[in-house]
Amino acid sequence: MRTAQEILQAAQAFAEEELRPQAGAFEAEEEIPREVIRRLAQQGFLAASFPVQYGGLALDPVEYGLFTEEIGKACNSMRELITVHTSLVGESLLRWGTPAQKEHWLPKMARGELLAAFALTEPDVGSDARGVRTTYVKTEEGFLLQGRKKWISFADIADLFLVIASDAQTGEVTAFLVERSQTGVSTTKMSGLLASKASHLAEIDLHDVVVPHENVLGRIGGGFSYIVNSALDHGRYSIAWAGVAIAQESLNAMATYARTRRQGGKLICEYDAVQALLADAHVQLQAARALCLSVGRLRKDKHHEAMIQTSIAKVFTSKMAMKVATDAVQVFGGNGFSNQYPVERLFREAKVLEIIEGTSQVLQPVIAQQVLRTCHHRGAEA
Amino acid sequence: MTTMEEQIRSFIKSNLVVFAGDAVFTDDDNIFELGYVNSLFAMQMLSYIENEFALTVDNDDLVISNFATVTNIATLIRKIQGSQSA
Ligand SMILES: Cc1cc2nc3c(=O)[nH]c(=O)nc-3n(C[C@H](O)[C@H](O)[C@H](O)COP(=O)(O)OP(=O)(O)OC[C@H]3O[C@@H](n4cnc5c(N)ncnc54)[C@H](O)[C@@H]3O)c2cc1C
Repeated sequence: MRTAQEILQAAQAFAEEELRPQAGAFEAEEEIPREVIRRLAQQGFLAASFPVQYGGLALDPVEYGLFTEEIGKACNSMRELITVHTSLVGESLLRWGTPAQKEHWLPKMARGELLAAFALTEPDVGSDARGVRTTYVKTEEGFLLQGRKKWISFADIADLFLVIASDAQTGEVTAFLVERSQTGVSTTKMSGLLASKASHLAEIDLHDVVVPHENVLGRIGGGFSYIVNSALDHGRYSIAWAGVAIAQESLNAMATYARTRRQGGKLICEYDAVQALLADAHVQLQAARALCLSVGRLRKDKHHEAMIQTSIAKVFTSKMAMKVATDAVQVFGGNGFSNQYPVERLFREAKVLEIIEGTSQVLQPVIAQQVLRTCHHRGAEA
Repeated sequence: MTTMEEQIRSFIKSNLVVFAGDAVFTDDDNIFELGYVNSLFAMQMLSYIENEFALTVDNDDLVISNFATVTNIATLIRKIQGSQSA
């Protein structure tokens, strides 16, 4: 069995050879070719955090974070596939699946025989996820699902969808494993996006879809408090590392450029103002990485503070990535505006991190509540 | 020695969303109905219980009423401890 160190080196080599040189082309062509996904799966990289018994590489949360960074630096859309397939759906199955569900789905997911997507958002329901309008009704044959999902990463090519729906009568939320092959399931690819163009985003139409009873994930009605919350928690951890990845890639690009671009008879890296941008980016990035590593250790220990700390890391690193990518464009000047240079793409890709898996605004009150609980001087209330 | 109920109570107390003063609740008050919890609370409490008492809560036991009061949580933990050591 390979050590975590060897796996991370293999991920770095794969990213270097197969992803980084192609990332711009994937975006331009609005797809990651299946063949590249197949080769990624061959290395076990679609199941990096799964236990070995399901075909995984058994990376612990810290190692999985570092792995996410390696892929994310080279190709944000491939990192997005890992976020939804492994972190959101895979981890949910590992945590809440029955032994039969795990045996059935996880090895296929690990081998890349089927790709999985997480279907929560709808045309009219985003941040207020508890209010999903896709409905289910219990019948003898199974659960009858109706509704429409939107903005679902990789839904255009995924074979399995973890669909979050609410009871048509009571509003209780439940999670269902829905296969593309089921009657009544169809997808429509989304286009015209700012970034993540290669992430195969699609809308999913669920029209009278009968989902067998054995495809309910977790308890009926336990979909929001447990499944959605824990899936998004895994997603946020992945996004926190995606922020580190985009910022590191941006910093590498701007340092490289600043060492070669000459203006006024000097390399631009000799100007104090450019050095200030480089230094600030480095400081912010180091802080973000330290935060992600500390959260990774809390997750490894299954510490009950891990969830809130993960949200803090997600908010911080996504904002940091946006700032560093913006400064990278600045250092590139006019060239930063051109898709001939990667910072143009990194700048666009950074933005989405502040929106997905809970926007920064939606996470802030939860963080503020922790502040009000833990940071006040006792007895000083009015 | 701290009892199981005291441990649970102290965890809940340190995680309730209260903007002024302290939350007041008995071992039989429904903490979800008090309205002092945010969306992360159910998962946070589950991971606290599983970690602190070294047990796994089955999907079948993930009924909100099992986690609604200090007494119910302690009853659930004792039941699982009984069955997992059996
Ligand atoms: C590239 C991309 C990939 C995605 N992939 C997936 C996926 O795989 N699966 C999936 O289910 N979804 C996915 N999404 C959807 C994403 O999770 C949602 O866009 C996100 O949750 C925000 O929801 P919304 O777009 O409906 O915005 P809204 O909820 O309408 O928010 C609009 C604005 O209002 C603010 N706002 C809303 N509610 C509050 C509040 N209570 N307090 C303060 N401010 C508030 C928001 O912060 C935001 O600024 C993806 C989105 C994108 C762009």
